[in-house]
Amino acid sequence: MAHVQILGSTRYVFDDLKTLLARASPDRSGDRLAGLAAASGEERVAARMALADLPLAEFVKAELVPYEADEVTRLIGDTHDAAAFAPVAALTVGEFRDWLLAHETTTEMLAALTPGLTPEMAAAVSKLMRNQDLIAVARKVSVVTRFNNTIGLPGRLSVRLQPNHPTDDAKGIAASILDGLFNGCGDAVIGINPASDNVATTTNLLRMIDALRQRWEIPTQSCVLAHVTTTLRAIETGAPVDLVFQSIGGSEAANKSFGIDLALLREARDAALSLKRGTIGDKVMYFETGQGAALSANAHHGVDQQTMETRAYAVARAFEPLLVNSVVGFIGPEYLYDGKEITRAGLEDHFCGKLLGLPMGVDVCYTNHADADQDDMDNLLTLLGVAGCTYVMGVPGADDVMLSYQSTSFHDALYARAALNLRPAPEFEAWLLRMGILDTDGRVQKRLAGDAARLLEALP
Amino acid sequence: MSDDWKVLADYTPARVALGRAGNGLPTKRVLEFQLAHARARDAVHAPFDAAAVAEALAPRPTMLLTTQAADRAAYLANPDLGRRLSPESAERLAPGRYDAVLVIADGLSATAIGAHGAALAAAILAQTGELAWAPVAIVSQGRVAVGDAIAEALGAIFAVVMIGERPGLSAADSVGLYLTLHPRAGASSDAERNCISNVRPGGLGYDEAAHRLAWLIGAAQRLGVTGVALKEDAPESLPAPQA
Repeated sequence: MAHVQILGSTRYVFDDLKTLLARASPDRSGDRLAGLAAASGEERVAARMALADLPLAEFVKAELVPYEADEVTRLIGDTHDAAAFAPVAALTVGEFRDWLLAHETTTEMLAALTPGLTPEMAAAVSKLMRNQDLIAVARKVSVVTRFNNTIGLPGRLSVRLQPNHPTDDAKGIAASILDGLFNGCGDAVIGINPASDNVATTTNLLRMIDALRQRWEIPTQSCVLAHVTTTLRAIETGAPVDLVFQSIGGSEAANKSFGIDLALLREARDAALSLKRGTIGDKVMYFETGQGAALSANAHHGVDQQTMETRAYAVARAFEPLLVNSVVGFIGPEYLYDGKEITRAGLEDHFCGKLLGLPMGVDVCYTNHADADQDDMDNLLTLLGVAGCTYVMGVPGADDVMLSYQSTSFHDALYARAALNLRPAPEFEAWLLRMGILDTDGRVQKRLAGDAARLLEALP
Repeated sequence: MSDDWKVLADYTPARVALGRAGNGLPTKRVLEFQLAHARARDAVHAPFDAAAVAEALAPRPTMLLTTQAADRAAYLANPDLGRRLSPESAERLAPGRYDAVLVIADGLSATAIGAHGAALAAAILAQTGELAWAPVAIVSQGRVAVGDAIAEALGAIFAVVMIGERPGLSAADSVGLYLTLHPRAGASSDAERNCISNVRPGGLGYDEAAHRLAWLIGAAQRLGVTGVALKEDAPESLPAPQA
């Protein structure tokens, strides 16, 4: 169905829903690369006006990617909950934006709505929202998940400790882990991107973290972010796997480019659940996503990159993850060119993920060929902190020496917590206090004393 | 300002134990980071002096080529432009009886090629003297896949692409080497290439990199493949952790 918007003497025609969504998207290099972006500023606003008048219910049966050809579309369509959708079923996309912002729309109402929303609805409404709208609504959403601790409570900001090393050296990784712990970080997960994706490396590193975690009773979880098939084999060989990690995309073809499908994710989740390692919860999946992933695999089906990104969230929510984060600035300037585009995308990803019920974190980051720097990251980190972001990354000095990109540091996380009055996950916070790493004002201590000093001696 | 746990820095190149000013970084650390980032950004945007590389390689024959990326902004925003030769450059390539062509491209770090390109090329050519090499192609605004188009047009069996890697904070002058057998313009996939990365003094040295490349070329000639089907012998070197 074509969508038409008349502005003065110009008649804008958008051939179908995916074209309308693409033209309505805030400008970014990836949509320009794909030939999907609006040709002018006026066309972009025309598309938004047409989108604002579109009934939200149109999205229930919309197939941006054909149902027969794509298992992600089938997942979205087959799991849509019409009863949960009912409260907003009569609204247009524009009215839905107003409804989300309304004082009367509570945290509980947003949680109840989640199974009634498709990813395309979240994408559509986000395109009508300014940055402050994305922040204001995301703040109202509460998503709490548990494994060995409680993540996502109001007033908390967790950190994934990311202790990568260019050659997966266990001592080097342990050194970065200790640096993170001494800086009060690591409550979301201690998660290593391995330089070599194989069972031996994965198992060795998991054993190292697990021994540290058990010896010092650290209430967090560990993960080696290897391919899901590597983690499955590691589980078979008896490795202490807390969380299964996988990068995911918003179409069957995108997932195929990652070497996965939904059945494989189901198998991996079942395998991790069978280990029963979570002490207070059973959320065992950790997913990463990112705008541009589908396009880079030529698996975007003519859909704009932000809408494709939200479809990846539909994949994520089917597996009840503990953690999900967008790697927003990682994929490169051909998808998000500069600090402005990265900032906008980070806020969109966080908002859409939360609206769809995910424990959404963001890897606030950039590569050296993008037009961005630490000031841009400070801005996005602060905005996400205000938005109630579940977790951010903690990389020593913000410099990932294995992946060669810049993310947020332990220091950055401490800044955000202090500036916005946010605290670590409660179990982890209690541990930090017990170890003498945090003082009673919630500040990280300068000196190591007591158990914390002994932790330093534990360096393998 | 420094941490009690300075010892950690002995174990990893990561920026650990930086100290704190309040929650922030001490001034010295902020400036160190800014210097590294500035060098990386400068390397991405540094102009490429292709003629200087050709001069350093003389009297060996070279040809200076360009891609469809008119400038750095276009190159960064649309990677495909850097994978395709400009029409003028494509016209200049004539087929010959070549085993291999060495393609030297600026990639994401003209700084890296400016510093190491000629010396690394000399090391490679010295260790592979038995091959019939085409004239060395020096490409401005090039990506790895531009080597496929060049090798195909020249009729070369192998494309060896030497390219400036995306600068990181620890090094802005790393060179990557990519080997592709029977390259086809627009059709060879990354899975068909072997890569030797982090070539630079302080990383993998010129001679060692050239040696590895020569080994890969020999193995590819025997096995008839490059890429994931041709693995470098890399024993599991990770020490067993004792936490």
